[in-house]
Amino acid sequence: MLSGNLLWVMLGTMLLGTAAGITGTFSFLQKQSLVGDAAAHAALPGIAIAFLLTGQKDLPILIVGAAITSALSVYCIQWIVAFSKIKADAAIGLVLTVFFGIGVVFLTVVNHSPLGNQSGLNDFIFGKAATMTKVDLAWLFISATIIIIVSLLFYKEWKLLIFDPVYARGIGLPVEALKAILTVLIVLTIVTGIQSVGVILMSALLIIPAVSARLWTIKLSSMLILSAAIGGISGMLGTFISSMRTGLSTGPIIVLVASSIFFISYLISPAGRLNKYLRKIQFRKQGEVG
Amino acid sequence: MIEFWVIFTGLLVGITCGIAGVFLILRKMSMIADAISHTVLFGIVMAFIVTQTLNGFWLLIGAAVAGILTAYLVQLLHSSGIQEDASIGVVFTSLFATGVLLITLFASNVHLDVEHVLMGEIAFVPWDQWTFISITMPKAVWMLLLVLFINIGFLLLFFKEMKLATFDAVYAASIGVPIIFLHYVFMTSISFTTVAAFDSVGAILVVAMLIGPAATANLISKTIKQMFLWSMFYGGASAIIGYYLAKLWDTSIAGMMATAVGILFVVTVFAQKFVNHKRKMIVRKLESL
Amino acid sequence: MYALTVENLSVAYDKKIVLENANVTVPTGRLVAIIGPNGAGKSTFLKAILNQLPNKVGKIEILGKLFDPKSLVVGYVPQRNAVDWDFPTNALDIVLMGRYGHTGLFKRPSKQDKQLAMEALESVGMQEFAERSIGQLSGGQQQRVFLARALAQNATIYFLDEPFAGVDAATEKTIIDILKSLKAQGKSIFVVHHDLQTVKEYFDYTILLNKTILASGVTEDVFTPQQLQKTYGGKLFMMQETLGANNIC
Repeated sequence: MLSGNLLWVMLGTMLLGTAAGITGTFSFLQKQSLVGDAAAHAALPGIAIAFLLTGQKDLPILIVGAAITSALSVYCIQWIVAFSKIKADAAIGLVLTVFFGIGVVFLTVVNHSPLGNQSGLNDFIFGKAATMTKVDLAWLFISATIIIIVSLLFYKEWKLLIFDPVYARGIGLPVEALKAILTVLIVLTIVTGIQSVGVILMSALLIIPAVSARLWTIKLSSMLILSAAIGGISGMLGTFISSMRTGLSTGPIIVLVASSIFFISYLISPAGRLNKYLRKIQFRKQGEVG
Repeated sequence: MIEFWVIFTGLLVGITCGIAGVFLILRKMSMIADAISHTVLFGIVMAFIVTQTLNGFWLLIGAAVAGILTAYLVQLLHSSGIQEDASIGVVFTSLFATGVLLITLFASNVHLDVEHVLMGEIAFVPWDQWTFISITMPKAVWMLLLVLFINIGFLLLFFKEMKLATFDAVYAASIGVPIIFLHYVFMTSISFTTVAAFDSVGAILVVAMLIGPAATANLISKTIKQMFLWSMFYGGASAIIGYYLAKLWDTSIAGMMATAVGILFVVTVFAQKFVNHKRKMIVRKLESL
Repeated sequence: MYALTVENLSVAYDKKIVLENANVTVPTGRLVAIIGPNGAGKSTFLKAILNQLPNKVGKIEILGKLFDPKSLVVGYVPQRNAVDWDFPTNALDIVLMGRYGHTGLFKRPSKQDKQLAMEALESVGMQEFAERSIGQLSGGQQQRVFLARALAQNATIYFLDEPFAGVDAATEKTIIDILKSLKAQGKSIFVVHHDLQTVKEYFDYTILLNKTILASGVTEDVFTPQQLQKTYGGKLFMMQETLGANNIC
């Protein structure tokens, strides 16, 4: 039966998936899904440096460090695109790998120091959802709540910003500030999520639910709700499935649940493959007759 | 001697990736390279499951297949109307997660250490040697030389077609250039490059070498040929600077090489702006005379 | 023989039908304008002719045959914004790309190829810019380089997509003079054109397109207020002035 601890982890990953689904949708609509990937990788140097500077493995300190470098990476990407001829894709790839490389450098220094934790990198990449504590869960709960509230608060403004930026500027919306808040939310999601599911899988949660939701609807409000739901379900179901056998990492299973939902959506949603195929057949039939 | 091989391997990685990276940047496919660097894990695991060996040759094949599969799936999703960055994101995270799962299910006892795959360990390179036609060199060096040879061969054969297909795909297709074939052959060469550099710098940092030097070269090159030369230079320079800094501070060589890529990029951006600024000042002075 | 034969062409982008039942036959040796309002499907029409669209029904023949890229018979000049002009190369190199079909796979361009490319640049008045980086060219210069590329290819039938959009008057004159001389050599030229004021002056044949081909034929017969009204529908309030100057009726 479901153990108490399992239920806590399921709740935590559900909250994480929900938060990721929401912020991921906003990234997706701005065509910045991969910026989230870069920001996730960029958390590594922040964690390592925070530890080196303070000598403490306290969660809040590490989270602050992660948040700083994560947010910094987003601004570096924008800066590169704005001030050089380098295009977005190269800027993202460059920032992602260089920040991660710097992170590896500092992590190695940490591992060589007497206080270092040897399993650092593995935890960072895959997370350790199974060992989630009440404190971790509390952080997740707070983050998720903040994210949901802020999203509701700024929903109208962000909607305008995304779909009609010229008009938004025209009516005097503080565009840069709004974008900054969104960046902060994304970074918040990433730094709280990394501990549970790790870097790469955090990127997955930011992208897959949003893309899946898009296949079913083009209305922003529906997309947000659907994406949040898919993220939440992936978290819960993934955690549950991974508990059924020892030795399975929670992170990959969560991602695979999300991928499966995507796959199904890809096939049978209104915008999906099956319907496209049917429309194509119909079109060709008409062409032959007419 | 040991140190020589380590440095030489780094240099080879820098040069090989520098060459491969040029068209990556020009075709705006940097993130597909990032995706492939993650999905080769899946390819390697599949190769292991199928052949039950850790033979470098089969891993190369597995990686190549994973690379092509990645490119194909991204194309498939994209042509269904899903925006390209999201397509890349879905494909690589899913395949990576699958790869990780397969490791825990079928290969947990094998030394298919994920950390090693992602970060490599260049210091161990000189210890694993192959002898071929009575020349003995580290395995990593053999693989890198092979891939370098393949990449240069690809370029010699298809340079002008790649150039045109990259600049104007529609026109290229209208005069019979096989743009789809070229796309997949190129993706295959990227996969090969990624796997060959695994042992030394690991998958994630290969991407730094694939994107960084070529992007930096792009800033200052007026022709593609210049871009190739500068890219090789920046790749090699990053490797050497990275190695010596890592030795100095006793830290990860691969990580330092990626950091060096970043440093050289930033230095070049600012140097270029400074030079342009000075030029403008001189022109203004001349005009006011 | 006809330059272009289109039979029952329909094109759909998933749910949206962009072209429906288009039919036209155009004799060879004409300078043809393809006109219609924005979103009418003109670029789609070109792409269908070049066989770039997987979801189409109907038949298209160019000079009596199905489109074969290897024959190098079709010279395509895309819209300027179809490419990224940051690409690191010079004008001569772009024009030389027009010779790649003739050079063949695996071979380097020959001296003759380079000669022909240079001549093509001269014919558009860009020979001084041969070594110039394409990123430094103006819109009109870029358009001329594109045209030179197609000329170097030595095609028999040309398709140009909005070649006069956003170019200076001198460039426009250069381009239309070249197109007219191509016509004098017996070649066929099709131009997606946006400026109604110059249709009668430049083109002897016109195709009116808006989701289907509404009319095609000699410009004098087809470029009339009634036909234009049908093609442009409500967007015609500016047309009255245009026609006022040209209208004989």
